[in-house]
Amino acid sequence: MTLWFVFALMTVAAIFAVLWPLGRNGRDQNQGSEVVVYKDQLAEIERDLAAGLVARPEAEAARVEISRRLLAAAGSEAALMPAPSLKWRRAAAVLALVGLPLVAAAIYVPLGSPALRDFPLAQRERGSGSGMAQSLENLVAQVQQHLEKNPTDGRGWNVLAPVLERLGRFDEAVRAYRNSITYNGESAERRSDLGEAIAAAAGGVVTAEAKTEFERAHALNADDPKANYFLGLVAEQDGRKDDAANIWRALLAKAPSDAPWRPLVQSSLARVGGGSSMPALSDETIAASKDMNDGDRNAMIRSMVERLATRLKQNGDDVDGWLRLVRAYLVMGDRDKARGASTDARQAVANDSERLRQLNQGLKTLGLDG
Amino acid sequence: MIAEAGHYALVLALALALIQSFVPMIGARLRDPALMNVARSTALAQLLFVGASFIALVTLHVNSDFSVANVYENSHSMKPLIYKITGVWGNHEGSMLLWVSILALFGGLVAAFGNNLPLSLRAHVLSVQAWIASAFYLFILITSNPFLRIVNPPIEGRDLNPVLQDIGLAVHPPMLYLGYVGFSISFSFAIAALIEGRIDAAWARWVRPWTLVAWIFLTLGIAMGSYWAYYELGWGGWWFWDPVENASLMPWLAGTALLHSALVMEKRNALKVWTILLSILTFSLSLLGTFLVRSGVITSVHAFANDPTRGVFILLILCLFIGGSLSLFAGRATALKQGGLFAPISREGALVLNNLLLTVACAVVLFGTLYPLAMEVLADFKMSVGAPFYNLTFVPLFALLLLAVPFGPMLAWKRGDLLGVTQRLLAAGVAGLVVIAIVWAWTRGGSALAPLAIGLGVFVIAGAVTDIAERTGLLRLPFATTLHRARGLPRSAWGTAFAHAGLGVALIGIVCETTWNSEYIATMKPNDVAQVAGYDLKLDGLLERQGPNYREMIAQFNVSRGGDALSVMTPSKRSFTTRGSSTTEAALLTRGASQLYISLGDVTAEGAIAVRIYHKPMVLMIWWGPVLMAFGGVLSLSDRRLRVGAPKPARAKQRLQPAE
Repeated sequence: MTLWFVFALMTVAAIFAVLWPLGRNGRDQNQGSEVVVYKDQLAEIERDLAAGLVARPEAEAARVEISRRLLAAAGSEAALMPAPSLKWRRAAAVLALVGLPLVAAAIYVPLGSPALRDFPLAQRERGSGSGMAQSLENLVAQVQQHLEKNPTDGRGWNVLAPVLERLGRFDEAVRAYRNSITYNGESAERRSDLGEAIAAAAGGVVTAEAKTEFERAHALNADDPKANYFLGLVAEQDGRKDDAANIWRALLAKAPSDAPWRPLVQSSLARVGGGSSMPALSDETIAASKDMNDGDRNAMIRSMVERLATRLKQNGDDVDGWLRLVRAYLVMGDRDKARGASTDARQAVANDSERLRQLNQGLKTLGLDG
Repeated sequence: MIAEAGHYALVLALALALIQSFVPMIGARLRDPALMNVARSTALAQLLFVGASFIALVTLHVNSDFSVANVYENSHSMKPLIYKITGVWGNHEGSMLLWVSILALFGGLVAAFGNNLPLSLRAHVLSVQAWIASAFYLFILITSNPFLRIVNPPIEGRDLNPVLQDIGLAVHPPMLYLGYVGFSISFSFAIAALIEGRIDAAWARWVRPWTLVAWIFLTLGIAMGSYWAYYELGWGGWWFWDPVENASLMPWLAGTALLHSALVMEKRNALKVWTILLSILTFSLSLLGTFLVRSGVITSVHAFANDPTRGVFILLILCLFIGGSLSLFAGRATALKQGGLFAPISREGALVLNNLLLTVACAVVLFGTLYPLAMEVLADFKMSVGAPFYNLTFVPLFALLLLAVPFGPMLAWKRGDLLGVTQRLLAAGVAGLVVIAIVWAWTRGGSALAPLAIGLGVFVIAGAVTDIAERTGLLRLPFATTLHRARGLPRSAWGTAFAHAGLGVALIGIVCETTWNSEYIATMKPNDVAQVAGYDLKLDGLLERQGPNYREMIAQFNVSRGGDALSVMTPSKRSFTTRGSSTTEAALLTRGASQLYISLGDVTAEGAIAVRIYHKPMVLMIWWGPVLMAFGGVLSLSDRRLRVGAPKPARAKQRLQPAE
């Protein structure tokens, strides 16, 4: 409603701009004319002459010229007397009162979207998930300040570390887990959490450093599921598919039937067990992993996707692989990466028109055209 | 609400412009002052509404309101604030809105400060201004509306073209548009004069300052654009004769001619019809430039999007205004009163020569710009007209012009004494020759024309100095008198001297840069040393950095000369994830007027990086020149005295210098 009120006010202002001069009865207008200019020019010559900028004979010549023009101008000036015309003024007023709003409405209505309110980003964030992330950041900052003063507060590090990991601040999460281990003592769980954070910081690749942590965790508790899962990944990463399959099979055998990470391990197993070189990154896998806790899910999916990406970087001929990667990014809600991957994919198969066509077809169905 | 209010404000501006286009016209015909005054209030209201509309769009960009398609397509929430604002005109729709905002600004200025204009002239001028405005409002609303909405707004925008994310975008387009659109005022004055069928001294008194304002901004806009291309595109080039650059150069050439002919008209009441024609041509070329850049006929960084309907619409506007105004000119020009007479050798004569050379140069550029386009459309044959063509045609014309420049201001009005002027310019000529000899001896290589061109540049500068020296009586009169005279000298005379000297400065810069620049292109590993023009540049290493909306790879160079460390240069390469593209940020090291220039290429697998290093001698003079010209323009603009050209009497008994 306010919008229509604003529109009405604006329209009234526009109409007023037309009506205002019509209402003022053409009183004596101060307007310039040719005569005034020539008179000013004559005065200017006098001034120049006095200042010594012009010599007398030249000033004299200029004065003669300008006076001649002045006379001519004064002769024609008299003809131009104002002639008010009430009839036309009324017509103009009607035009402003009726025509202006009509024209404005006729143009605005088909083009505008008056029903749509504004969506400034700041306002949208306040009401949604990212707004929560904002306040989470504040909390994190407070906890960090507290820990700066009391760095030996193991419980604080324990609380902080998973939150940092969830916010994607992996390097800080690694440090927090290290501190947690230092001040709380080590446990299999903490070691494997640390390993996971290191892997996440490395973009999902299980580095040698991460591997050491998982091995320590395994040494502390041979049944720690996270350590086992990641050691399986290490094996797969090194190309020891059978070892990976064995580790995961053992893990599944010991796992309680309602363990949330079961589907993920199963699909990983299927990936290496099937002997296919393709990591099967189906929608089901991702959907299933949604049941897990956030930290686990993110790191696991991320590591799988990153491995697929690495493999495709080395061998980019695989159109299906690329499409799977793009879809994975899309499901993860990372549109930028999806777009980046599709660009990479296009470049990778650029030399093969048939593959390029398949790829473009696939990308189109994914809704990522262009 | 901001989005819709901005949209509606633009619609109201169109409605007001439509009323303004004919109500005052009828008023002028009937000689009704109230109807004529409608032009004034509607022009001011138009400015208010377009301004509100523009501010609304800026606000939407700053707030990252992605429910507006224009914001979604060209902005990103992580973009620094300055680029959120400049991004408003970093796209087709927004830049057109800036265009009409500036048009409305000029209209509003005429309305607000046009008290000393004859009422009917003001009414006519503002009406013509409203025709142009209506056409462009319609264009914006129908084909390139910046206020269209998205029902389900996305959470993040697509970001601005990374090349445009630079401070240059804050300066270059607004300046250029102030120039382009400023010429609409002289156009409107010309059309108004043709409609009224009379043209008088008040007319010229009014047109000259507006033309000057437009010219100053256009000069700075072109120079800024050239400098931007120089440091952003990474090739170290500052002028490519590409059609978009030509599109801005043509109105500049015509506008420069107009500036000089308007001077003759104001001072001597001569060259009236020619000035009218030039006003029409200058703005027509501005429109043509807008068409070339905005229609997508030419693909370049300036053509943000190609859309055939836009091209057709602008072509229609173009035909309507250029065709209409030229036919009006053909029909009415003969009815205009002829002005004063003058001898061929006189200040007027010199200015006619200036106009002749400038318009021919402009025609050459027009030909070079349109011929390849015509060939492509008609014969389906792709060709490009580049530097060789212009070197053969444009350059000699300009050389001739520059040779004549020092003579102009020193000739007397009405009838001049060429021999006397030549004698007085002797010193300047000698200075030029001495410099030629020195440069020749110094280099003994390179182009034989280079020393000559530098000599010409020195001659132009020395000529400007001579002019001032003559007027103040330097060396002839006691120093105190000279000082007194210098203070009394009109600022417009100083303006002329500065602007003309600026030409010489730019010429010297251009010649030095093109003749003696040296380059070094190689792949470098850390700790490699490149030697360019006596400088040693050692690559210290590569490092990565994260910017607000990009990642950046920086190469660090230690620059030294003869063992003395001078500075550290850090060229970089930025990759923008959202658009998936990257830009090179060249590093510049200024030494006097010369510059060292480093730009980065790609990184090879072994960690080496492709590097282009240039040494550009005197390159900054290329842009100091235009700045000097613009400064001269400002000086002349600040001189609010009436311009009277005192003629030299027929029976001159003694030799006297002209007033100005």
